[in-house]
Amino acid sequence: MADPDGQLRRDQRIERVIGILLQTGVALSILVALAGAILYLGREGRHAADFRTFRGEPFDLRNAPAIMVAAFGGHREAVIQFGVLILIATPIARVALSLVAFAAERDRTYVVVTVIVLVVLLTGLLGIGP
Amino acid sequence: MNLDEFTLLVALGSLVAGFLGSLTGLGGGVVIVPLLTLGFGVDIRYAIGASLVSVIATSSAAAAAYVRDGYSNLRIGMFLEVATTLGAVGGAMVASRIPVSAVAIVFGLVLLWSAFLSLRRPAEAAPNTAPDRLATWLRMDSTCPAPGGPVAYHVAHVPFGWAIMAVAGGLSGLLGIGSGALKVLAMDQVMRLPFKVSTTTSNFMIGVTAAASAGLYLHRGYIDPALAAPVILGVVIGASLGTRALVGARPAALRRVFVVVLIALGGQMIYHGVTGGFARG
Repeated sequence: MADPDGQLRRDQRIERVIGILLQTGVALSILVALAGAILYLGREGRHAADFRTFRGEPFDLRNAPAIMVAAFGGHREAVIQFGVLILIATPIARVALSLVAFAAERDRTYVVVTVIVLVVLLTGLLGIGP
Repeated sequence: MNLDEFTLLVALGSLVAGFLGSLTGLGGGVVIVPLLTLGFGVDIRYAIGASLVSVIATSSAAAAAYVRDGYSNLRIGMFLEVATTLGAVGGAMVASRIPVSAVAIVFGLVLLWSAFLSLRRPAEAAPNTAPDRLATWLRMDSTCPAPGGPVAYHVAHVPFGWAIMAVAGGLSGLLGIGSGALKVLAMDQVMRLPFKVSTTTSNFMIGVTAAASAGLYLHRGYIDPALAAPVILGVVIGASLGTRALVGARPAALRRVFVVVLIALGGQMIYHGVTGGFARG
């Protein structure tokens, strides 16, 4: 890039958009998780709390598509988990946005770097990995 | 204890952890797992899952503010995130293959080590003025806002910094923490970045690192929504109160108190790990 000032200006514009994206993602996830927690406690709040024994979560609280289906179907714990899912997706969306920005700058090195990060993140989220 | 009471107490405890973590600059994530396991008797796998998602929340919320200030370096961050995300996935894989008591002992050692690191805060090294071939090729050199106008900086020792980042990512994935102290160490001491650039870029990377292993934890059923909700809410509210309480200043006395807490918790984690206190279920 023969124009370092131009690069700096563009970088700053991307940074502003990324800032808004991060804030929106966190705010949204917290609102959804809070709503889910209120709904869930409304029904289960008087029951005994037991997190001493590890059982592992059921499928509809473990699998990203299943969480969304259950959340929109009114499963209260799944609503919280949907908030968690938005939270995990927020940094991933940030990386995807950076990919768009690097591609627009025709910065091949960083397009490759960003694609690697995105692939690692998505394999984790979709549970494809080992 | 019923779930209402449990949720309220966990939220309050997380709020205090988030508040002290952001006030002292040591991060709240590192005390969430001991708080939940030692304080509330939560299984360490659920505790790590909840801690990890709260780390994403605080990092993303803080990064939103930092990015706008223009300190964080997106290219350095992205390049090093290759190391931290791969490390995080590796750490999460190791976590499911070793006994929980071993995870607890490693956690205790990391707590003691972060206490040690924050006690001996090294003086800021002289700015690095020699361009590095790899850093130049990766276009990492940039400028950092300063009172007298932007100051240019050069990046050094990229491969060594990258290797430390892989370790930081591994610890993050294994223990559900942000590993911010180690990330800052790599950028500040090894790659010779200005301190402000190191801390903000580190914070920026923590969320992406944690998201890499959080996906795996979610799939493995380690993230319990009823536990994660109060932890996320408490930590985020606490951290934002902490940032508002003192902008930039790091009260030394409070920091020393927090270091004592870290040492006490580290000792307890190791003791319970060695004596088999975590080997339930």
